[in-house]
Amino acid sequence: MTRSEGGFAILFTFIIAYVFTVMTLPSSLAYLRPEWVALIVIYWVIAIPHRVGVIVAWIVGIFQDVLVGAVLGQHALALSVVAYIAFMLHMRIRVFPVWQQSLSVLLLVGVYLMLVLTVQRTVATTHWTLWYWLPALSSAAVWPWIVLPLRWLRKQYAIN
Amino acid sequence: MITFVILSMVLIFVDHRTALLKPVRYSLSVLMTPIQYVSNTPMRVAEWSSDGVKSKGQLQRENVALSNQVRLLERRVQKLASTVAENKRLKELMNSSEIVDDRVIVAEIVGVDPDPYRHEIIVNKGRNDGLYEGQAVLDADGLMGQIIEVGPVTSRALLISDSTHGLPVHANRNGVRAIAVGSGILDKLRLIHVPDTADLEVGDLLVSSGLGGRFPKGYPVGIVSKVSHDPGQPFAIVEARPTAHLDRSRYVLLVFSIKGSVEEPVEDLTEELPSGKISAIDGGEG
Repeated sequence: MTRSEGGFAILFTFIIAYVFTVMTLPSSLAYLRPEWVALIVIYWVIAIPHRVGVIVAWIVGIFQDVLVGAVLGQHALALSVVAYIAFMLHMRIRVFPVWQQSLSVLLLVGVYLMLVLTVQRTVATTHWTLWYWLPALSSAAVWPWIVLPLRWLRKQYAIN
Repeated sequence: MITFVILSMVLIFVDHRTALLKPVRYSLSVLMTPIQYVSNTPMRVAEWSSDGVKSKGQLQRENVALSNQVRLLERRVQKLASTVAENKRLKELMNSSEIVDDRVIVAEIVGVDPDPYRHEIIVNKGRNDGLYEGQAVLDADGLMGQIIEVGPVTSRALLISDSTHGLPVHANRNGVRAIAVGSGILDKLRLIHVPDTADLEVGDLLVSSGLGGRFPKGYPVGIVSKVSHDPGQPFAIVEARPTAHLDRSRYVLLVFSIKGSVEEPVEDLTEELPSGKISAIDGGEG
């Protein structure tokens, strides 16, 4: 089991997540867009914490900053903190049934959104409403549909 | 963990306060360009298919509408020629320098900021086409925003409706000056520091005044949609609707303004504020 095994598969999932993150949606749906990158990071941290951890999350976050034009470090900060919390809890979350995992994801994405917003409000004034927290709910809702294909991918490419 | 938190915070600080990280962002954005393009594919496919499959009736209707519009525009152009000539004569009379037409290139919008709280678009022109930061972005109906980040082949533009954007405008009817700031809502701009006594009415056309030195002068920005006076507020509450189709345009125009074409010094902009305050105070006491 070399370290490079399945590395491309992991990279591929992140690229897909980036694409979904910037894909144009009808404006009514834009408020519901799940935080795909955060979801993928959470999944890999829980599944293979010895390979995907805070460092990977941080690098992924830097690229997300560039992609969405945020101040560099904003998403990196949020993702690395979320990865850290997920890493601390990964033993517990792993044995949860999927719906209970969704609840954990709700909280994790909530933390992520909170950090992103904090930085956002520090560097600029933003128009902000309670709708801002909707992605946490939608992320939790799509979690089961994230887990299944990723589990399949893991089996397929023997990512351990 | 702590290291990364601190590292992120340092990065945020450095990137926010200085321009040191520009080259880093510039080179990383090259890597992310394919993702922008791929994410835009569904929209392109939808557009391509709706362009390709059009019924004959639809085409005929469109044709009629377009030729009508051409006739209308031609009539206006005829009038314009004489107006331009007259304008030139008058300018020569006043010994002022002739204003050269701004050079313009057309760009296509390839992406929209996914965050509904930030109004930014990505266009398919970059440094290779000569774009620069602060360049004005227009559509056929008015001013849309300005370029804030230039990559090699794509650039990011901030729309005038973003809550961090502001631009100096004046009313076309009587030249009343104001600053239009974005509200975070696509079809609303706010005019700040407008004295209660200012002569602004619903329906007034606001055009860019060019006072900030950023935007070229005389492009339509918005139409005043609401003027209300609240005795408890120091200034009148004035809102405007942008004339540009901020959410519908597909192609945008990028204006290369000629250096030195801004006649008024920037100080003019700040002069207005104290006088506005004074008259507001007067109004409050009276």
